Amino acid sequence: MNNKGVDKSKRQFLTSALTVVGAVGTGYLAVPFLAQMQPSVKAMAAGAPVEVDISKMEPGQLLRVAWRGKPVWILKRTPEVLATLKTLDNELRDPMSEESIQPDYSKNLYRSLKPEIFVAIGICTHLGCSPTFRPEIAPADLGDKWKGGFFCPCHGSWFDLAGRVYRGVPAPTNLEIPPYRYVTENQLIIGESSQGASA
Amino acid sequence: MKPSRLSLFGEWILERFPITKIWEEHMAHYYAPKNFNFWYFFGSLALLVLVNQIITGILLTMNYKPDAELAFDSVEYIMREVNWGWLIRYMHSTGASAFFIVVYLHMFRGIIYGSFKHPRELIWIFGMFIFVALMAEAFMGYLLPWGQMSYWGAQVIISLFSAIPVIGEDLSLWIRGDYVISDATLNRFFAFHVIAVPLVLVMLVFLHIVALHEVGSNNPDGVEIKKQKDAKGIPLDGIPFHPYYTVKDIVGVAAFLIFFSVVIFYMPELNGFFLEHANFIPADPMKTPEHIAPVWYFTPFYSILRAIPDKFAGVIGMGGAIVVLFFLPWLDRGRVKSVRYRGGIYKKALFLFVVSFLTLGYLGTQPPTPVASIIARICTAIYFGFFLLMPIYTRWEKLKPVPTRVTSQPSLDDRLQALKKVYEEVTFVAPLSKPVASPLVKCTFLRRRLNPAGVRSVAKRFVKTLKTSLD
Repeated sequence: MNNKGVDKSKRQFLTSALTVVGAVGTGYLAVPFLAQMQPSVKAMAAGAPVEVDISKMEPGQLLRVAWRGKPVWILKRTPEVLATLKTLDNELRDPMSEESIQPDYSKNLYRSLKPEIFVAIGICTHLGCSPTFRPEIAPADLGDKWKGGFFCPCHGSWFDLAGRVYRGVPAPTNLEIPPYRYVTENQLIIGESSQGASA
Repeated sequence: MKPSRLSLFGEWILERFPITKIWEEHMAHYYAPKNFNFWYFFGSLALLVLVNQIITGILLTMNYKPDAELAFDSVEYIMREVNWGWLIRYMHSTGASAFFIVVYLHMFRGIIYGSFKHPRELIWIFGMFIFVALMAEAFMGYLLPWGQMSYWGAQVIISLFSAIPVIGEDLSLWIRGDYVISDATLNRFFAFHVIAVPLVLVMLVFLHIVALHEVGSNNPDGVEIKKQKDAKGIPLDGIPFHPYYTVKDIVGVAAFLIFFSVVIFYMPELNGFFLEHANFIPADPMKTPEHIAPVWYFTPFYSILRAIPDKFAGVIGMGGAIVVLFFLPWLDRGRVKSVRYRGGIYKKALFLFVVSFLTLGYLGTQPPTPVASIIARICTAIYFGFFLLMPIYTRWEKLKPVPTRVTSQPSLDDRLQALKKVYEEVTFVAPLSKPVASPLVKCTFLRRRLNPAGVRSVAKRFVKTLKTSLD
């Protein structure tokens, strides 16, 4: 034992070293604690593609299927609807889908592989409600400007029948288009891309 | 005399735990201003509702199943088959709304009497954290019945986080624990709702009260009672919390329980305000209800979100509306606490704020229409204007002199006398045109007619008082 009094710098060093080691240890422990809240392996695995038969669809009909727990819409569009879509550019925020999410093969005017068949994820890009299908033109509650489309009841966002968002509504981008491909003329697979498939 | 076993046991405890000291410090010798009015009921009522929520909540967990397959049915099971299950569930669901009613009134009390001002800034900050924790608690609890509103409300609120640039998408994925709201989300919300957030809430309430008892309560006059003490060091305008305010609060509790019971027993859903109609339909991830709106206590903030036609800006506006409240003690530069002695400009601003807050709350329950959006935008501007312009307009205030001691308000008797005088001034007794025998016609009350001159002079006096008050 020495009798020169307390070596304060050594104590200070030990205190600092212990603080650093403790902080690093806490940091390491935080990783599993926080990461356990990430989607589990099971949740990530659930996402198998869905097959849809569209042979019985009438023009103007909307079909809803579940893919990865989300609603996916399949809409058979009439020639009149396709004609209207061409005229809306000035009222839309992103008419050519430059800033929206879709596979490359759907980045066109109709946002689809075949113009008549429209496939989209039925979740509003604003805050995730599922918009309602309102194909009628100029209904009383939506006014004269309504040319048929999808209306989000939560916050009033407007989309046309190609899922393109109108200007001046809260939704920032067009509806998302999932990857999909045609197996046969009347058989769709949602969740798989059409790379190399006959379209 | 030989000490009894009971007193020996008492001493044994006291040597080891300072129970009488705590009692004296916080109840028997905690001096509160003697001029508390009804606004001061809401703090203790909030505590009562917290206890109600904890007890009924524990009982509900005994039969509730936090599983997406079973949750909705287990709530119906509680409602129909568990003994008294309906009562416990309604006490819990009504308690949630009651909590927000008393907390909003408690906060408004703080604003009008300047209870957030120096030296009580920390009490206000702790209180704001309680408010935020309460919103988290209410939001996560609302998912648990797994009805349509539960599901889509959670979908919307969690999507708010995805609006944050760069990390948003990953953050909302982490909160949900899945790509959509699912069983994983329900299970973790259950964990947060029944253990994590309640623990935080109770801790914050403890801090809130410790901070309050350190500086002492404010009062409707905004006078610091500790500045005027008697020879023993007791504030001249202070009275012991127990028994004076414990007894007074019991009156408040009784009145509160009357309203609370009326809702529980006669209108537990309160026409969709406390329990929304669409929530009696099981959650359907494929279909959003025609009209979705949050429960009433979130609607003012929800309106702000909806009013701003940009996703990220909307989220910032909604969050900012709550964050700005934290800074209230530093935004307000007025040197007087109570609204009784503040200038007219502050009173007018406060009035506009209250009107816009209530309007936003109403609009949030309604479907979005173009006209409603414009009104909501104006109200949003007023809401933020009230806070953000405060450093400017509170400097122009013409303050009224503040008394050194607390004042007393006219008694009920005095008020009734004054009211009677006004009544006699604005009416007169019409003379009988011919003698009649009927006692009904003789009754002077029925023969009173409006006296235009009296009405004019009363109105003139009222306008004059209003003008000096708002000057």
